[in-house]
Amino acid sequence: MSSTVYIAGLGVISAIGNNVAEHLEAFEHEEAGMGDISMLDTIYRKKLPVAEVKLDNGHLAAITTLPADTSRTALLSLVAAKEALNDAAIPALDTLRTGFVSANTVGGMDRSEHFFIDFAKDDSKGKLRNVYDHECGCITELVADQLGIKDFLTTISTACSSSANAIFYAARLIKNDVLDVVIAGGTDALTKFTLNGFNTLMILDDEFCKPFDEHREGLNLGEGAGYLVLVSEKVAKILNKKPYCRLSGYNNSNDAYHQTASSPDGTGSYLAMKGALEKSGLNASDIDYINLHGTGTPNNDSAEGTAVKRIFDPNYPPMSSTKSFTGHTLGASGGIEAVFSVLAIKHGIIYPNLRFETRMSDLPFEPEKRFLKGQNINNVMSNSFGFGGNCTSLIFSGVSK
Amino acid sequence: MSIYIRSSACISPQNTFGNDNFLNDVVEYTGTRFKAIEPDYKEFVDAKSLRRMSHMIKMGVAAAIKCLKNGHTEMPGAIITGTALGCLEDTITFLTRIIEQDEELLPPTAFIQSTHNTVAAQIALMLKCHQYNNTFVHKGISFESALLDAMMLLKEKEADNILVGGADEMTDASFAILSRLGLYKRWPVSNLNLYSAKSKGTVGGEGVAFFLLTDKPSENNLAELTAIRTIYKPANLEDIEKRVIQFLGEHSLNINDIDLVITGKSGDMAHDDIYEQLNQSLFIRSNLANYKHLSGEYPTSMAFALWLASNIIKNETVPETVIERQVKKIAPKRILIYNHYQKIYHSLILVSAI
Repeated sequence: MSSTVYIAGLGVISAIGNNVAEHLEAFEHEEAGMGDISMLDTIYRKKLPVAEVKLDNGHLAAITTLPADTSRTALLSLVAAKEALNDAAIPALDTLRTGFVSANTVGGMDRSEHFFIDFAKDDSKGKLRNVYDHECGCITELVADQLGIKDFLTTISTACSSSANAIFYAARLIKNDVLDVVIAGGTDALTKFTLNGFNTLMILDDEFCKPFDEHREGLNLGEGAGYLVLVSEKVAKILNKKPYCRLSGYNNSNDAYHQTASSPDGTGSYLAMKGALEKSGLNASDIDYINLHGTGTPNNDSAEGTAVKRIFDPNYPPMSSTKSFTGHTLGASGGIEAVFSVLAIKHGIIYPNLRFETRMSDLPFEPEKRFLKGQNINNVMSNSFGFGGNCTSLIFSGVSK
Repeated sequence: MSIYIRSSACISPQNTFGNDNFLNDVVEYTGTRFKAIEPDYKEFVDAKSLRRMSHMIKMGVAAAIKCLKNGHTEMPGAIITGTALGCLEDTITFLTRIIEQDEELLPPTAFIQSTHNTVAAQIALMLKCHQYNNTFVHKGISFESALLDAMMLLKEKEADNILVGGADEMTDASFAILSRLGLYKRWPVSNLNLYSAKSKGTVGGEGVAFFLLTDKPSENNLAELTAIRTIYKPANLEDIEKRVIQFLGEHSLNINDIDLVITGKSGDMAHDDIYEQLNQSLFIRSNLANYKHLSGEYPTSMAFALWLASNIIKNETVPETVIERQVKKIAPKRILIYNHYQKIYHSLILVSAI
């Protein structure tokens, strides 16, 4: 049984880049990914900004060699998962027990939306090909087949904490000696379904979002995918390069307050952060950076801020919401932000919280506004909280030099 | 370390919920869609909440609460669900409204309840349970993934009294789509003759089964949950046989130690060939049982099969209706469940007497 789980590879695609290198560049130049809707056929074009991946399905299909009518959720997933697997470059991978644990919330909804236009009028109509991969699990299966992974695959869907839970589950599959290597994270594509859903909840900002700002008005939806390659101690030893870091702590707790709203005192987020710290054996003062969930909605940031205060007061580490760059990528956000957390350790960087102006009146701290380089970052906490009260925190820790 | 099934509760197209009569009064269906028999939900959920809840959420919450009651447990140590299709009714309602109302004036409720984690979340909310909460959504192994999660949590000593369940609902739209995809029989057949129809397609079902898992021995436990294994796209029949033998071998068992094999035979000629062949090879001397004429076929039907297996062990009797081939009359001490979903996902669960 492997007691330590290492991170050996990274892959990411979002509105600010199609791979890890492009993301680092966008962060350094403070280039946010939001803009007008260009791909979805919706009445909200030019009304609600979103953070779209800048490649259309044709381009993504060409890169991945999947058919162009594949769900965008799978196309995005394959780009990032492949990058992660190539980055890890694990010797003799085919001799190891390898799994793919991927999360998403929309599945093939981007195709189902087309199907339902005809189907809603007459249930004998609608092109079946468009609904065939509707299920969340279909997306994982399509990508696993392309990656050649057969030993284990599964899909997690816990709203916006989905891919943090995928990483968490993957680590435990290694610790329980079920697998040696797991590619874990998540993916979600923008759909009319989610855009309209969040719009009915009146939590979308019609300007670019301002996480943790007193005058924040909501979130911007984004899309993308992010994956880590997790490996056992045994595999870490045969790598051609040093692993990035360890997954040292994790916790999944439930707010049990409301289906979509967070409790005012941030019970779920507090329990998740506290539990992850306990699991890692670290103190709050050991955390060098927090990648906040920070959606930009009044409710989330207030609850999360309260929970951060309960744990870290009075010594706050630097923290920021990278959703100010990528928008809220829902089921992918935990995976994408796990990649950012690992990169923070690797490169000693802290990401700016864009557009922050005014400290929240009920909080004694504020997020970092500048891009910082040359930092000594050893422990990073990544928060992912979702509908249904699903709260998960992960902690990544450096490996001794 | 041993893992036990402390209690269970099952809502299905049969009288499985709150009924001591263990599958003695089989409900006959002659169509290709079996609907779950709904209990009086008022016993479990207040009237105001009930009005907002979809069929799926009501079934899920009621089965979960009943399972806890059966296990004399108020607060579970974790809540884990598996569902392939999630809250379909709410998903389709919201999707249809987007199209029909051209994205305008949409009420939020259907969207809020459409997320796949709604059942696990609603249970947590009702119980005010802040513990570990997870939902797996992987086609024919959604429930198995949840079960593996629960077993690992127990082994890690992270939680006890874990509430784990499988849930899927069939809606008019999903039945229409899956029928067009050729999953179901084109002509009606009685479920009592499902396996002799020898035609393509199966019958659609739905249901929810929850289990309370613990590592604490007790004579009140239903059974021991010995092991679980999932296999993705096995190469051929020999590969399946090899992996079944290997799975049993890991627990120092061979097929002759298994008192009863429950298979996922669905009445679909195109899928049952695997079971037919195994029944003539590896399982040739085994007592055999089937369950899909009771539950119908759906991605989380293994939850129904586990409910069946654990109650067979507890009751020390095999209900007449599930027996395919009984070599010898027995009260099974060890049951192997083998199911495949669409020939792609193959699952094995081993259940033993305590």
